[in-house]
Amino acid sequence: MSAVQYSDVIRERFRKPRFRGRLEGATAAFEDVNPLCGDRIAIECRIEADRLADARHHGDCCAICGASADLLIEMGLGKTTKELGRIATPDLLERLEADIRPTRLKCVTLPLTVLHGALAGKAVAR
Amino acid sequence: MTLGEGCRADFPILARSVNGRPLVYLDSGASSQKPRQVLEAMQRFYERSNANVHRSIHTLGEEATEQYEAARDAVRAFVAARYRQEVIFTRGTTDGINVVAATIGRTLQPGDEVIVSEMEHHSNLIPWQMACRDRGATLRAIPLVDGAYLDMEAYARFLGPRTRIVAVAHISNVLGTINPVAEIVRQARVVGAMTLLDGAQAAPHLRLDLAALGCDFYVCSGHKMLGPTGIGVLYGRLETLERLEPGVGGSEMIKEVWIDHAQWNDLPWRFEPGTPPIAEAVGLHAAIEYLDKLGMDRVSAHERDLTRRCLEALSAIPGVTVYGPRNPEIKGAVVAFNVAGYHPHDVAALLDQSGVAVRAGHHCAQPLARALGVTGTLRASFSVYNTAADVERLADAVAGLRDQL
Repeated sequence: MSAVQYSDVIRERFRKPRFRGRLEGATAAFEDVNPLCGDRIAIECRIEADRLADARHHGDCCAICGASADLLIEMGLGKTTKELGRIATPDLLERLEADIRPTRLKCVTLPLTVLHGALAGKAVAR
Repeated sequence: MTLGEGCRADFPILARSVNGRPLVYLDSGASSQKPRQVLEAMQRFYERSNANVHRSIHTLGEEATEQYEAARDAVRAFVAARYRQEVIFTRGTTDGINVVAATIGRTLQPGDEVIVSEMEHHSNLIPWQMACRDRGATLRAIPLVDGAYLDMEAYARFLGPRTRIVAVAHISNVLGTINPVAEIVRQARVVGAMTLLDGAQAAPHLRLDLAALGCDFYVCSGHKMLGPTGIGVLYGRLETLERLEPGVGGSEMIKEVWIDHAQWNDLPWRFEPGTPPIAEAVGLHAAIEYLDKLGMDRVSAHERDLTRRCLEALSAIPGVTVYGPRNPEIKGAVVAFNVAGYHPHDVAALLDQSGVAVRAGHHCAQPLARALGVTGTLRASFSVYNTAADVERLADAVAGLRDQL
């Protein structure tokens, strides 16, 4: 793991996010807020035959949170809803290759909470 | 040598490095650093005189009481209160507001009104929300004009026979706006309303003359004015305090106690339940002596100069938006800003990598952030020990952000 908080992975995802935006024909969506900073992120998903066919994220959040959401979607594509439910914080931390400080851990975990909320059919953000 | 350069050596923490760079501390609005004089005074108290106050008939108890009450006299002079009975020690600004809200809250009637403003710190909003909710009173908030100033026309419209108290910031902790508090107090008195001024950002920065200002209550925190955490001051106008029932109870604030009732203590102790922050009062006393030695007029001029430099330097950087008044003459030692395309938390984290400490977020003023249309901002705030070189380090770090993210 790199010693810097803003790793190359985070910088690259901040500059060129691959899954940022809205998703036409979403079948599940959820949005949540980080109470520490007021950041807000939404994930819209299309589930086909119990697998994540496509997803997008959007909202008002920091580079770490945005990168986490982008990587989470990339990791999740093609996975079954059960497999998606098993993705956890250490998986994201490993992919971010960054030294995330405790004060910023919630920035990493918020997209995970949001994805799991969407899968649980908690609400539709639109 | 400027004031900032002259006193830096008194602050041991400023000698440390952060992420390999000398620390530039620009978060004094959240909590200031402490000079050696404050640290030593507290150490000396704990090593020599530590005991409880007001009830221990032994030498240490007497020394502790003497030092605690001497701190009260120092505060009285510092804020230019008329009587020492007007100076109540609290745990901080938030505690002071809650003491007042608990006291006044229980006398609110349905239909009574409390006026706050849209730029309040949550500490000067939530206690009034709670008091109003409990008593069926109405909370009204003075809106902003030009995203920086209180709408004084709206304030005049809000004031009326139902207004019980007006509670506003002396200086906004985000915008830095120095509010026209003398006029606010004057107009409130016309309708018979009480006034509370949140001086958390003003007491470290301005010479205060509370007797002349005429407010009913003024609150501030020790830790933002070079003193320790855990102590604050609640100034209450004697005539107002005398007719109020305490809202918070315990030891110290009573004279005689029976099972079903009690007789309240004299002022100021009537509003100081429980063992007070004694060593912290000693520390605050040392902080006040330190500020007095520098001279509050010089402190204001020094911090105004840094604010002016900061406004100029940040405004010159492409993509930077500065919030609040642009004129340092009507602004406290606080500059809030944003960098286009970057989240404030990312900017703060990257500045920290350069050793520059600023605050980022909503600064405990979410309604204000909403009014400004932002989720948060960055905030650089200054104290006596900051220098023009600190402002340059900040501006260089902000200008260099694009290479980092």
